[in-house]
Amino acid sequence: MTVPISRKILFYILLMISALVIFAPVIMAFVMSFMDNKDIMTGSLPQTLSFDNYVKAFEKFPLLKYLFNSLVVALVITFGQLVLSSLAAYAFVFLEFKGRDFLFFLFIATMMVPFEASIIPNFHIIRDLGWIDKYLGLTVPFFAMAFGTFLLRQNYKQIPKELREASLIEGMGDFKFFLKVVLPVSKTSLVTLGAYGFLTSWNMYLWPLLSTTNDTVRTVQIGLKQLQNQEQLNDWGMIMAGAIIVIIPTLVLLFLGQKKLQKGLTEGAIK
Amino acid sequence: MGYIELMDISKSYNKQSNVLNGIDLNIEKGEFFVLVGPSGSGKSTLLRMIAGLEEISGGTLKINEKIVNHLPPKDRNLSMVFQNYALYPHLTVEQNILFGLNARKIDKQVQKKRLEETAKLMGLSDLLKRKPRELSGGQRQRVALARAVVSEAPLCLMDEPLSNLDAKLRANMRIEIRRLQKQLGLTMIYVTHDQVEAMTMGDRIMVLNDGVIQQVGEPITLYNKPSNLFVASFIGSPKMNLGKAVLTDDHLIIEEELKIPINSTQIETNIKNKNLIIGIRAENLPLGSNGEETYEIEVVNVEQLGNETLVSFEVGSELWTAKWLGQWLGKVGDKVPVHISIENIHFFDAHTGNLIQAASNTNKQEVVKI
Amino acid sequence: MSMSNPTLESLENEISEINFEQIKKKQRLKSFAKGMLFLLPSIVLFGAFLFYPLFKTIYLSFFLTNAQGETTVFVGLQNYIDMFASPVFQQSMKSTFLFVLYTVPTTVVIALFLAVLANEKLKGIGLFRTIFSSTMGISVAAASVFWLYMFHPSIGFLNKMLEIFGIDAIGWLTDPKWALLAVSATTIWMNLGFTFLILLGGLQSIDSYLYESADIDGASYFYKLRRITIPMLSPTLFFVITVTIINAFQTFGQIDILTQGGPQNTTNLIVYSIYREAFANYQFGTASAQSIVLFIIILVMTVLQFKLGERKVHYQ
Repeated sequence: MTVPISRKILFYILLMISALVIFAPVIMAFVMSFMDNKDIMTGSLPQTLSFDNYVKAFEKFPLLKYLFNSLVVALVITFGQLVLSSLAAYAFVFLEFKGRDFLFFLFIATMMVPFEASIIPNFHIIRDLGWIDKYLGLTVPFFAMAFGTFLLRQNYKQIPKELREASLIEGMGDFKFFLKVVLPVSKTSLVTLGAYGFLTSWNMYLWPLLSTTNDTVRTVQIGLKQLQNQEQLNDWGMIMAGAIIVIIPTLVLLFLGQKKLQKGLTEGAIK
Repeated sequence: MGYIELMDISKSYNKQSNVLNGIDLNIEKGEFFVLVGPSGSGKSTLLRMIAGLEEISGGTLKINEKIVNHLPPKDRNLSMVFQNYALYPHLTVEQNILFGLNARKIDKQVQKKRLEETAKLMGLSDLLKRKPRELSGGQRQRVALARAVVSEAPLCLMDEPLSNLDAKLRANMRIEIRRLQKQLGLTMIYVTHDQVEAMTMGDRIMVLNDGVIQQVGEPITLYNKPSNLFVASFIGSPKMNLGKAVLTDDHLIIEEELKIPINSTQIETNIKNKNLIIGIRAENLPLGSNGEETYEIEVVNVEQLGNETLVSFEVGSELWTAKWLGQWLGKVGDKVPVHISIENIHFFDAHTGNLIQAASNTNKQEVVKI
Repeated sequence: MSMSNPTLESLENEISEINFEQIKKKQRLKSFAKGMLFLLPSIVLFGAFLFYPLFKTIYLSFFLTNAQGETTVFVGLQNYIDMFASPVFQQSMKSTFLFVLYTVPTTVVIALFLAVLANEKLKGIGLFRTIFSSTMGISVAAASVFWLYMFHPSIGFLNKMLEIFGIDAIGWLTDPKWALLAVSATTIWMNLGFTFLILLGGLQSIDSYLYESADIDGASYFYKLRRITIPMLSPTLFFVITVTIINAFQTFGQIDILTQGGPQNTTNLIVYSIYREAFANYQFGTASAQSIVLFIIILVMTVLQFKLGERKVHYQ
């Protein structure tokens, strides 16, 4: 199909305007993070650009510690979700046993319970377990994941049943087949789900706010809130520097995996 | 006693109507046994029950004189080749071939030796480092076969292994599989829906329809003496011409149109005045010289195959096909004499579909003549 | 069973039959155990952090509690009665539904517009797709900080713009008339990335032969959009709408950073209301009652999604 030049130009103009509008807050924040506070306050164009705001943010706040905590939390949740979802999906696709359909229904039912609605008892459980201000409290509640199970289940169903049957004839057990065939074959989906899990857990807000009371395991999102809260001086340059640091890991991840994420999310949800 | 014995085997899902019914069968050691039937006939289910991939609902299955109903596939000492080859996409050809040996924890030295032998036998030596997606269809097929060969299991099951290949390659692989089976002395159970494959490969064939055995026998027997209408029309290409018929004292009347004179010695007397269906193979309808036993027909279609010609014409409500050697240059609408001889006609009971009397004249002489 | 004449063969058959039953039972037990083993981790965690807390929330909603969250007095439905009578909660519900109304249609329409634009096969389209989906990678905290600046009364971008046109500054986050709209704008911006990505995926899965045959028929761009794109996209649209609604009901972070529920409770959306009731006022009973309301809303939305979208959106 050939697109007429005039329409092409129209599309490019629309695309560029949209991109500019959507990306404007990020661009502004990015520029501000290099600007002198005086320039920001007067609203003038930047006279000087420097890394001062970044240096200040790291000096005044334990940003490095927060970043490390976020990294640990996001990686642990991602790993936990991958393990639990892939195991559960395997059972739903390759194993036949009594009660399987009921359990599948149970997994669907979990999607109807928002975490926010059960947050009070959850907080009490974590508190009673002594998991406040612990990585455990920040991560374990999110390991089980219906969406991830469905996404992988959809993917496992594409694996020909004959592969399992051939391995049965060779005498291979389920767990070994899971490790040696299913996981390698569904690598792409695992990566997609992992990226999605990392993205959402890095960006978590409400739960870390509740389950951390000090800096030991506090994540960078809550750190950012503190940065903004305690900075009554309106040091916007520094706040923006903090915000830019927070979004860099996830933006990089998104830029790398945008195509796969799009495909994976659509497949998991609609099929 | 056979190497594999099926005694009154049946299969049902959820205790509902049976997919397979009362299958009794003996397969000898070293035999190439073909299960053939249309899709949904239960042939794959039967194979998978022998493999242990499906539970046996009723009856007894013995392999090598041992009851194996309850044994998992790995303890039945067999190999299997699947229609889609079931190659592990993330492993190389070498790893695919050795997959089973690894799973059975066979000594590495032995593995290496067997791999080399098998790769050489199957002509895969140069492809060992490739992944399945880098192979052609025929090469994938070969890897699947190699996996069966390397296991050294005495019994090999194949489920429509050639149906994903193009026609030319299929003809080659037919010969190759057959040769391999003889060379290694394997007992083979081979499932196909393609009657040509069944005829050309099998030592014996079992025709299955709707979960019931129609006939078991050597290919030529099935062709010459089909035990019922199903086998008659399933085996052979083009399919056998059939028509309703009545037998009077001195004539056979087909579709109320063709009247063939008979003398009573040719026909069993007890089928007179019964409702019959008769069948006649396409090669038994030669172009007649204007003499006896010829019938004028009107050509409705001509298919030129080069070495032979298929000519279709209507007999009552049936469309019949005649196969003539060489190139016949007639046109649609031509009136042509066709020779129909009573000794080429099979008689079936119209009600039960069972064979009453096979054609007395087999095609043996014709082959000699050519 | 013939007791009188047990031939060798029938004897053998009988023995084997008994064995079969036992073996079958054993195998069934084994496969059940195996299935449970694979599912156990998920089931345990769902039980501990989802199902048990849900029932605990229902339980708590019938009690008064102390600051530790222990139940003190059983009050039956009193928490619910008080809750629905409370003007603060009424305001919260009103704000929440208004918020859903402001955000969902706008998000979906803008995202659809972007997805249709980005579905053209043009050079460099990958860059635009990445930019459009970028807000998905921006956390609620960072996004809120960005918009906190945009809404800043004196140095904020928006008021600076108004200044240029000689319009008086607006207290975006402090004026009850504007605060909910400001929060909605932030939310729409944040949700665009995800919504766009899903809709683009839906557009790309439409078979191109449909467009090709329309081209042969000489259909115009908008005709194709109306007659092919939108109908073929409807399952995806439906999915996206329900997900956006559910997300909107669960909004918390942007409220916490931008307005803390103010001014005059106009942005006190339900999750923030639960949070404040439970963790600032230590009224776990009433907070639980509010949680149940939230749960029922989400439940209805999800069931609706399953039921109405059954033919198109299914997990089986």
